[in-house]
Amino acid sequence: MKRATLFPYVIWMALFIVVPMLLVLYYAFTVPTDAGATWSLDNFSRFFEPIYLRVLGRSLRLAVISTIICLLLGYPAAMVMAGNAFSRKSVILLLFVVPMWMNFLLRTYAWLTLLERNGVINVLLNALRLPNLNILYTESAVVLGMVYNFLPFMVLPIYSVLSKIDKGVIEAAGDLGANSFRVFTRVIFPLSVPGLVSGVTMVFMPALTTFVISRLLGGGQFTLIGNLIEQQFLVVGDWGFGSSISVVMIVLILFSMAIMSFFEGEEKSVALW
Amino acid sequence: MVKMVRKGKLVLLVLVLVAFSLSLAGCGQEKPTLYVYNWGDYIDEDILGEFEKEFGMKVVYDTYSTNEDMYVKIKSGGSNYDVIFPSEYMLTRMLQEDMLEKIDLNKIPNHKHLDERLMGTVYDPKNEYSLPYLWGTLGILYNTTLVDEEITSWDVLWDDKYRKQILMLDSQRDSIGAALIKLGYSVNTHDVDQLAEAGELLKQQKPLVLAYVVDEGKDKMVSGEASLALTWSGEAMYAISENEDLAYAIPEEGTNVWFDVMAIPKGAKNLEGAFKFMDFLNRPEIALRNTEYVGYSTPNVAARAMLPEEVRNDTQAYPSDEDIENAEFFVHLGDALRHYDRVWTEVKAH
Repeated sequence: MKRATLFPYVIWMALFIVVPMLLVLYYAFTVPTDAGATWSLDNFSRFFEPIYLRVLGRSLRLAVISTIICLLLGYPAAMVMAGNAFSRKSVILLLFVVPMWMNFLLRTYAWLTLLERNGVINVLLNALRLPNLNILYTESAVVLGMVYNFLPFMVLPIYSVLSKIDKGVIEAAGDLGANSFRVFTRVIFPLSVPGLVSGVTMVFMPALTTFVISRLLGGGQFTLIGNLIEQQFLVVGDWGFGSSISVVMIVLILFSMAIMSFFEGEEKSVALW
Repeated sequence: MVKMVRKGKLVLLVLVLVAFSLSLAGCGQEKPTLYVYNWGDYIDEDILGEFEKEFGMKVVYDTYSTNEDMYVKIKSGGSNYDVIFPSEYMLTRMLQEDMLEKIDLNKIPNHKHLDERLMGTVYDPKNEYSLPYLWGTLGILYNTTLVDEEITSWDVLWDDKYRKQILMLDSQRDSIGAALIKLGYSVNTHDVDQLAEAGELLKQQKPLVLAYVVDEGKDKMVSGEASLALTWSGEAMYAISENEDLAYAIPEEGTNVWFDVMAIPKGAKNLEGAFKFMDFLNRPEIALRNTEYVGYSTPNVAARAMLPEEVRNDTQAYPSDEDIENAEFFVHLGDALRHYDRVWTEVKAH
C-alpha cells in the first residue's frame, strides 16, 4: 500500500529532479563539436580563470557579510519574540511574515525608489538636516537588499527553536546559581544551535546565488555568480559553461552544508526544512 | 480486495481525464484559435478583440520579455504559437536553425504600406519569412537641464564631467556596440583585438557610470537621477513623454538600427489565421494605433503619414535617410558571441 502511494512522487522526482540534474552534469562535462559532443573538462578549466574566480570571490564575500548581518540582527529579534516581554507574539510574527507574501521583485524595486538621490529616505534626512545617504548602485545597497529580503529566513528558524526550549531548564539553571549571561551561554545558545544553523544555511544559499538584487540595487556593476549563470543561459547560449558554474556552486553548497552539520553535532535540524 | 477497488478508481480517473481532454479538443475545433506570442506591452490589446470579432477567431495572447526567452520556448517545442515577434538578430538565428515557416505575401496585401528601407534587409532579403513590425535606433537620452551642450558624439559618454551621472545598458551587444562605433569598428565585428579595445574603453568608462540598467533606466532618467543614458529610441520616446526636459540624440559617428519582425514558427497550426493577423496589423489605421500605444516607430508609411506632424517629422523617432545609411544592423554572431560575453564579464567584474 505504502509503495503504491509513493509511486507518483518517485516518478515526479525522477522526471523533474533527477533527470534535470543529470542533464546539467552532462552539459557541464561536454563541449559541443560538429559531430555532436565530446567529454571534456574545458568548461571547468575556464571557470578557474582569474576573472571568474574574482566573481566567485565577490559573491562569497557579499554572501558572508549578509549572513553575518542577518545573524546579528536576527538572533536578538528572535529572542525578543520568543521571550515573555510581548503578549502579542503572533502579531510580531505576522509582521515578519506578511512582507514575504508580497512579490520579491516588487520589494526590491521599492528600495530602488527609496534609495534614490531624491528618494524618500533622502527627503526625510534633509528634513531632519542630516547628511544624505547615497548608497544606491554600490555594494552596500546590494548587502542591504540581501539582508532585507533574507532576514525572515534567519529569524523564523531561530525563533521556532527558542520558543520550544523548556522553560524549566532555564529556571533550573537559575536555581543552580547561574546568572542570566551564563544561562544564555551555557543553556539557551547551545540549545538554539540547530535553528541557527538552519537560519545561516537558508540565508547564505540564496545570498550566494541571487542575481536580481545585484542587478537592480548594484546597478549591474557587481556581477555575482548568479548573474554569470543567467548570462550564459539567456544571452550567450553557452549551456556548457553555465552548467559547469552551476555544478561548482552545488559542490560549494554541499561543502558548506557539511561544515554546518559538523557544528550542528548530534542535534537534528528543525524549523522550516 | 482493497487493491481491486483502488484499481477501479484509477481506471475511472483515467477515463474522466480522457473524456475531459477530448471535450477540450472538441471546443477548439468549433472556432479556430490563433496563438500569438509577443513582447510585453508591445501592442494595443484592444486590437486583438477587434480581430476576433472581424474574423471569427479566438486569439490567445502571451508575452515575453527577451528574445532569448522566446527562443528557448519555441526551440524546446511543446508551444503552439502561430505568430511571433523576434528582433532582427534573432530572426537570423531562427532562420539558420530552420525554425520559421515561409509567409505568403499574396495573402498579406497590406504589406505594400511598409517602408522600403526596412524591407529586403540582409536578414531576409526577399521577405520570405518576415515583415517588419516596429523599429528604432540606439542613441543617447539626456536631461537638458543637466547637460547644456548639444550631443553629437558618443564621446560624451566618456566625458569626466558627467562622472556617476551616466547610465549604460546592461546588454552586451548594445554597450559594447556603442564602444565599437566610437572606435570606428563594426558593431558585428568578430575581431578579438577590436573587441578587446572596446572592452578597455568600457573599463575606462566604468568609474563614470552610475549603473548598468535595462528597463528601470527610463524611470531613473524621468526622475532626474542621471544625466545621460545609452538607450533605444522607443524607450527614449516614452521617457520624453513623461519628462519634457529629456531629449534624444543619435550621434554622428553612427548608430545601430534595429527592428522587430512578425514571423511564423515552424509547425504553426493556423497559417491562414497568421496571415490574416499579419495583414490586419499592417492596415494603416491599426499600425497607427500600435505605434501610438507603444511609442516605437512604425515601418508602415501610410500609418506614419497619419501621425501628428511633430511626431512624423521628428528626426529622433524617424531618423533621416542619411542617419539610416550611416547606421548598421546587428547580425547574429554565432560562436563569436562568446568573445562578447567575455569582454562584458571582464568589464563588469573590473
